[in-house]
Amino acid sequence: MKLKKLAAVTTAAVMMATPVLADLMFPSLSYRTGPYAANGTPVADGFADYYTLLNQRDGGIGGVMTRVVECETGYSTEKGVECYEATKGDGALVYQPLSTGITYQLIPKVTADGVSLLTGGYGRTSAANGDVFSNVFNFPANYWNGASHAVNHVLDVNGGDISGKSIALVYHNSAYGKEPIRTLEELAAKHGFSLSLLPVDHPGQEQKSQWLQIRREKPDYVFMWGWGVMNQVAIQEASNIRFPMENFIGIWWSGSENDVAAAGDAANGYKALTFHNVGTNFPVFDDIQKYVVDAGLAAGDGSNVGTVLYNRGLYGAMLAAEAVKAAQAIHGVADITPAMMRDGLENLVVTDESMEAIGMKGFGPNFAVSCENHGGPGLGAVQQWDATAQSWNMISGFEPSDMDVIQPLIDADSAAYAAENNIPSQCN
Amino acid sequence: MPDQLLFAIEVTLNGLMAGVLYSLVALGFVLIFKASGVFNYAQGVMALFAAMTLVGIQKGQVPFSHLINSILGTDLHYFGWHIPALIAIVLTAGVMVLFAWIVERFVLKHLVNQPDIILFMATIGLTYFMEGFGDLMWGPDLKKLDVGLAQGGSLWIEEHTAFLGGDGFYGFFIDKLDIAATVVAALLVTALIMFSQYTKQGRAMRAVADDHQAALSVGISLRFIWVLVWSVAGFVALVAGIMWGAKSGVQFSLSLIALKALPVLMLGGFTSIPGAIVGGLIIGVGEKLFEFSVGPLIGGATENWFAYVLALLFLVFRPQGLFGEKIIERV
Repeated sequence: MKLKKLAAVTTAAVMMATPVLADLMFPSLSYRTGPYAANGTPVADGFADYYTLLNQRDGGIGGVMTRVVECETGYSTEKGVECYEATKGDGALVYQPLSTGITYQLIPKVTADGVSLLTGGYGRTSAANGDVFSNVFNFPANYWNGASHAVNHVLDVNGGDISGKSIALVYHNSAYGKEPIRTLEELAAKHGFSLSLLPVDHPGQEQKSQWLQIRREKPDYVFMWGWGVMNQVAIQEASNIRFPMENFIGIWWSGSENDVAAAGDAANGYKALTFHNVGTNFPVFDDIQKYVVDAGLAAGDGSNVGTVLYNRGLYGAMLAAEAVKAAQAIHGVADITPAMMRDGLENLVVTDESMEAIGMKGFGPNFAVSCENHGGPGLGAVQQWDATAQSWNMISGFEPSDMDVIQPLIDADSAAYAAENNIPSQCN
Repeated sequence: MPDQLLFAIEVTLNGLMAGVLYSLVALGFVLIFKASGVFNYAQGVMALFAAMTLVGIQKGQVPFSHLINSILGTDLHYFGWHIPALIAIVLTAGVMVLFAWIVERFVLKHLVNQPDIILFMATIGLTYFMEGFGDLMWGPDLKKLDVGLAQGGSLWIEEHTAFLGGDGFYGFFIDKLDIAATVVAALLVTALIMFSQYTKQGRAMRAVADDHQAALSVGISLRFIWVLVWSVAGFVALVAGIMWGAKSGVQFSLSLIALKALPVLMLGGFTSIPGAIVGGLIIGVGEKLFEFSVGPLIGGATENWFAYVLALLFLVFRPQGLFGEKIIERV
């Protein structure tokens, strides 16, 4: 009798726990704890809030509600893989793991499982070659684009001629930090500037040696590929040696409000690259305030809305949502599968019209994805910190990168990966 | 003088300053190890917790506001006051005393007579608990720490030393924050020595450090001494948290400064306050000079591993560290 009761209760519990309605599941591999929690939290908030907005305002995407399943990685690669394994069976459409380390581990897994990986602005740069990496997408820009954007900005400032100039790269001494070196070396040879490399060991709390060297050698520009505390210390040290902030340019992972906070007014004029816009001056933010924050449904307390990293999470969520729409249009099905989602990502076209329709015109670059090109055209912009107004301002539009230099590097790296892993052409 | 020599002197000076900052972290470890034989793995996270608490008190942040708001549906964040830095530091020191009492009452008390490794494991557990507790209490966001310490290169020193070199030498760079850290560290060490030499509690602390059993036999309360030692270590953690937090802002990574203290402890010895100071200075100067002279030849980023290599070299020839007590166990 007891067994029967137990079985009945278990059955009822399982039925209650099983979702009755279809939904579109977006896993959020977040890091709200650990050494990078200050950065991970606003990204995760922006990601979650966008899907909450779609549910509340539009009733989901194409009539199907969205569902965000958050899994805490603590920025640990092992935990990130665990999160993937724990959520992939739940109908996950696309993973945005927010970590280059996790990305490298997931590339073979998602390809085997038929799920997609979207790593905008991080991950494996040569994954832009869709002919090799069928399930990995890294639009709208990658690290090699970023290196080129930084050099292009310096070219713009110097009237197109930087021969004889010197650039120092201060970088996190990891696979991530070393990403731009090859591209910068190629660009140095092309434009005639000298490049010096200054690695900083994790976590980057102590950088006195590197900045004393910069003070001695006086490079014209300093580029930075940093993350977390390394950024804050570098900006503080740059101000300590009175390095001109307008000549200090960080990659997009070195350009949030967190990075300039510790240095205070001294950070004024510091520049960083970006692949999406800044602030809240877009209609979508009015809707987020109305449908998400004011409704008490925000993932955080609302204070992060409009910050750089919140906007990055929101932008990533938006791109995935637009890819869902593309998949729904291609397959004529609202409740899409992970395989359909891959098709949606591969056929994504972002235009002024599509961005205007969602209240985000000008928020990011226009681009189109194809089977061969999973990275888009690699457009990027430059933002600058105004310490008085406590805000980032865009000082350029979304400009192209030097694909004449970058594309051969992508082709060579992806060809080596294909040969190593015996991967046939995916687009023929 | 040749510029290259001046640069080497500049690197040495900055190495000494960096060494002082390492010593500040190492001091906390030494105090607890000396008095109780426990390697306190939580010392780094104590610095983080202390700095977070200081900023929270100073800015009038409501502790556990995220939790309170989630449960009660309120919108509490700040009390609306701003407390002067000095008062906030005193209040934070009070919180660290309370923390010491809680650790003794709920962790250490139950582990009396347990092997050292058990106590060490307990401090690992304490570390993870504190990480989460700190996040829950004050939030994971980066906090700017402002206690009025000056930062940036000292112009006065630059101007008055520029004449020593040629056109390529701009005077010695010394960060004003590092100067402040050196002064604070000197005051702190003096205060600690005075306390341990000239106060009843300090002498009791030293008695416990020398011999637990003998100290107990003359009526010294081991539990009180533990609370006292953890309180002092908490205060040292607060000072380290302020100095490091002023550079980078207060954030989780502050807890990782403990990594910088390990080679200092290996070199200076786990039981010596002067050892922590001298060890810090040797590591600071050694790693900076190595990076300056050899770093460019081998790709840089040598500081972290060089510190450990240097410490290991000392271990080979003097396992107890420069100032550590030689442990002789008879069988």
